Amino acid sequence: MEGRILPLFVAIPLAGAFLVPLLSKLWTRFADLIASITSALLLGVSVYGWLMVNAGGMPLHYWVGGWRIIGIAMWFDALTALIVLIINIVGFCASVYSIRYLDRYTGGRWKFFTLLLLLIAGLNGLAISGDLFNMFVFIEISAIASYALVAFGTEEEEVEAAFKYMVLGEVGGAVLLFGIALIYARASTLNLAHLSQVLAGFGRTPFYWFVIATLLIGFAIKMGMEPFHAWLADAHFSAPAPISAMLSGVFIKVTGVYAMSRLMFNVFGVSRAETPAFFNLLIAFGAVSMVLGGLLAYTQNDYKRLLAYSSISQIGYILVALGIGNFWGIAGALFHILAHALGKGTLFLASGSVERQTGTRNLEQLKGLEKTMPATTWSHILASFSMAGLPPFAGFFSKLFIIIGAIAARMYWLAFLAALFSAVTLGYLTKVVNMAFFVKQNSSVTSTREAPGLMVLAMLVLVVLTVAVGVGFRGVLDHLVGPAARVLLNGLEYARLVLGG
Amino acid sequence: MRGMSLIVQVMTGLLAGILLLYGGYIILHGHLTPGGGFAGGVLVAAALILVSLAFGAVEQVERREYILSSIFESSGGLLFLGLAVAGYLAADYFFRNAGLFYIGRPLELVSGGIIPLANIAIGLKVGAGLFAIFLALGASRFVMKE
Repeated sequence: MEGRILPLFVAIPLAGAFLVPLLSKLWTRFADLIASITSALLLGVSVYGWLMVNAGGMPLHYWVGGWRIIGIAMWFDALTALIVLIINIVGFCASVYSIRYLDRYTGGRWKFFTLLLLLIAGLNGLAISGDLFNMFVFIEISAIASYALVAFGTEEEEVEAAFKYMVLGEVGGAVLLFGIALIYARASTLNLAHLSQVLAGFGRTPFYWFVIATLLIGFAIKMGMEPFHAWLADAHFSAPAPISAMLSGVFIKVTGVYAMSRLMFNVFGVSRAETPAFFNLLIAFGAVSMVLGGLLAYTQNDYKRLLAYSSISQIGYILVALGIGNFWGIAGALFHILAHALGKGTLFLASGSVERQTGTRNLEQLKGLEKTMPATTWSHILASFSMAGLPPFAGFFSKLFIIIGAIAARMYWLAFLAALFSAVTLGYLTKVVNMAFFVKQNSSVTSTREAPGLMVLAMLVLVVLTVAVGVGFRGVLDHLVGPAARVLLNGLEYARLVLGG
Repeated sequence: MRGMSLIVQVMTGLLAGILLLYGGYIILHGHLTPGGGFAGGVLVAAALILVSLAFGAVEQVERREYILSSIFESSGGLLFLGLAVAGYLAADYFFRNAGLFYIGRPLELVSGGIIPLANIAIGLKVGAGLFAIFLALGASRFVMKE
């Protein structure tokens, strides 16, 4: 059976998570070793899955226990391949980076890696799940792991941020569960493919729209969309840097954007032609997030808080692109998920290096780090260029596709806004470059040494991928992002593939 | 943590054993009667919590208890995952039961294939996990420091 590898996406990180507390009693460094090996294995499995989907053209599927429809479904198509690759690339870099980064904290190493592996397990499980309730369970697994990780430093500020995040996150979870309960009460099924057929029979009733509204609110909180963004800046700000990279690069996109688009496009069958209201809503909230997030980022003086607000702005881009709803819009959204995960991952890791070496993240105190930390500086600069959409980096092509999509859909104002806020992005990111790395120092806060090798290595992997995705955008579009966008555009075709295949 | 009065200690001594036994019974009969790994695990944890509240312990002992319960918790999780992977390796399906393990006669203690084993794994994880949570809440001084 070709779907044989699918349970491994959850089994490998869970095994790692349970082994870490056991073996680290013998030797504390086992925690680092297990986490790195597990995430490397996961990366290998995801690449293998992607190659299989790409070669065969057919999605992989797996029914737990061999029970079709009533059993738990796992599903691995081109969209899953893209998401799983993103999760595991950033996850691998975060685990490698954490090995030296955790020197800042006294003890608790094994707790950190256990939680990180649980976070990865939850995200992977969500990506491959083909069952509504399992999606919810995996969202909560990763969410609960992330609450604890945000509070990892146990300073007052961090615990407060984690508490705020937990309350808002659980409100989102409760709304999601409410929506799922409504669906289950009416449709009597939780399997996504079966559900989409049952829902198609109901028609576009008020019930349909009410369920969409509840689910949208839940996902909006998870992804930190503008009116629900209160938790995001604090949580990203307080978490350890590799966790900020995971949260911003992966978590908000997988539990928010991916889960929402999978449900809306493949199960509820929304399409630009039939349900324009839904798409206009995405554009409206996306544009507000893009504008407000960008402007708020501009005013920040803290390295990580600036990056956190920037994440809100980039989530806005992704939502706008999804809302455009044609091929280039959706391909642009998925490409931007990839580019943002790589770029923002690098930026957060760079912020962690700066903080570890200098002890502060306040941009007004940091000066002239370029002399002593060249690798961190250049990682930051290249990732900033990618985020701001300068060619030939990954971010340029995602924004290009979004603008092409907007023009093709005759939304010229949106194309203009997207281009304008690229410039704003460049503005606030070069502000960091200018203040932290280049201005001549007369400040006491500076570092004499580059960050440790493993941390630099993790950043360089992400930077190299950013450049590679940009230079080889043709291949990425044809083999990774394009097929994934078609999965979303084909909408209800999903059910036919799952149940027929 | 300080202990409680003699009356409480004597009563706890009488009760704790019965509670533990009952927890074990619920775990082992999970596939036959209502209950199972989770419910039984909670009972086991309750017995442990009762003892440590009534008799108290010095920090040294609590630290050892904490490490032990964390080991038991992880082994419970690993055992559960191991059962799943055993089925996966042997017959491609997670938690494969039928035809792989000795099933036994229905309604007897040894029956149900991997179900009783899975209940034991969950019982270990829940019992040790809840007790560890209790220790962490009550004795955050050393858990935080660790």
